[in-house]
Amino acid sequence: MKWGVVTFPGSLDDRDTLYALRDVMGQDAVPLWHKDEALGGADCVVLPGGFSYGDYLRCGAIARFSPIMKSIARFAADGGLVMGICNGFQILCEAHLLPGALTRNRSLSFICERVTLRVENSNTPFTRAARAGELWRIPIKHGEGLYVAPDDELRNMEERGQVILRYVASDGRESEAANLNGSTRAVAGVANERFNVFGLMPHPEHAVEPMLGGVDGRRIFESIIESAR
Amino acid sequence: MRVKVFVTPRKGILDPQGRAVEHALKSLGFDGVSGVHVGRYIVLDVEARSPDEASAAVRRMCDQLLANPLIEDYRFEVEPG
Repeated sequence: MKWGVVTFPGSLDDRDTLYALRDVMGQDAVPLWHKDEALGGADCVVLPGGFSYGDYLRCGAIARFSPIMKSIARFAADGGLVMGICNGFQILCEAHLLPGALTRNRSLSFICERVTLRVENSNTPFTRAARAGELWRIPIKHGEGLYVAPDDELRNMEERGQVILRYVASDGRESEAANLNGSTRAVAGVANERFNVFGLMPHPEHAVEPMLGGVDGRRIFESIIESAR
Repeated sequence: MRVKVFVTPRKGILDPQGRAVEHALKSLGFDGVSGVHVGRYIVLDVEARSPDEASAAVRRMCDQLLANPLIEDYRFEVEPG
């Protein structure tokens, strides 16, 4: 399969994502520029982490109007796979390709920590390689990752299985203390209703080699590769 | 036409910034302070033939970009003249 990784002005993790895909996962991945309109024949488009447009106004609010976002919206409407990591997640929410919004961490501090995630739904293109309830250790690094959605909408999302990843304690139990950014219902990653667009605050591309402290991030890339087969 | 836009955290949405400022004010001895919220203030010069026309345009700007209705409320003032 082929991957496209978008660079916006201010993206930071575009190269790390390309490295994870090409050098670690052995995938064919092309860089895409925010002014591009073509998606390079990608089967999955990744919006990486960083601070697109300096996080001006709100995280992701300006990047949403980049020319490439029109193509990505069309691609998603046609069923193409789209994944947003951290700032990419914020952009997808601002673009209304994902429900909800991300706002200032409850602590008001930038948090850079390895956290435990629980796979809440393994029947998605992004978690197919995992078992339900599987625990992953993946780092987060963000100042604005507190997930918010209206109560009734979040309830519907949970019923439909759109909450794919949740922050939990290292033993897998739900814990207020383990929900470092204070996200509503400890939401770490969500999908759209059609399950072809996925956003998460943790960084799977930073957890793909033992040298980085863990390899659990590979599970997401493996799942997508399996789904594209 | 000059327009002033005020964007504030939506009621009921956790506003950790407002809370931190409220705590800081209390620690300075300002005991009678509550309901502190921190928002954004945007000033625009809008070409329009009437205040109504300016308002209609600014409302669209707020809905599409200046505020995120999921987490923020907005209001604005069009300055006469």
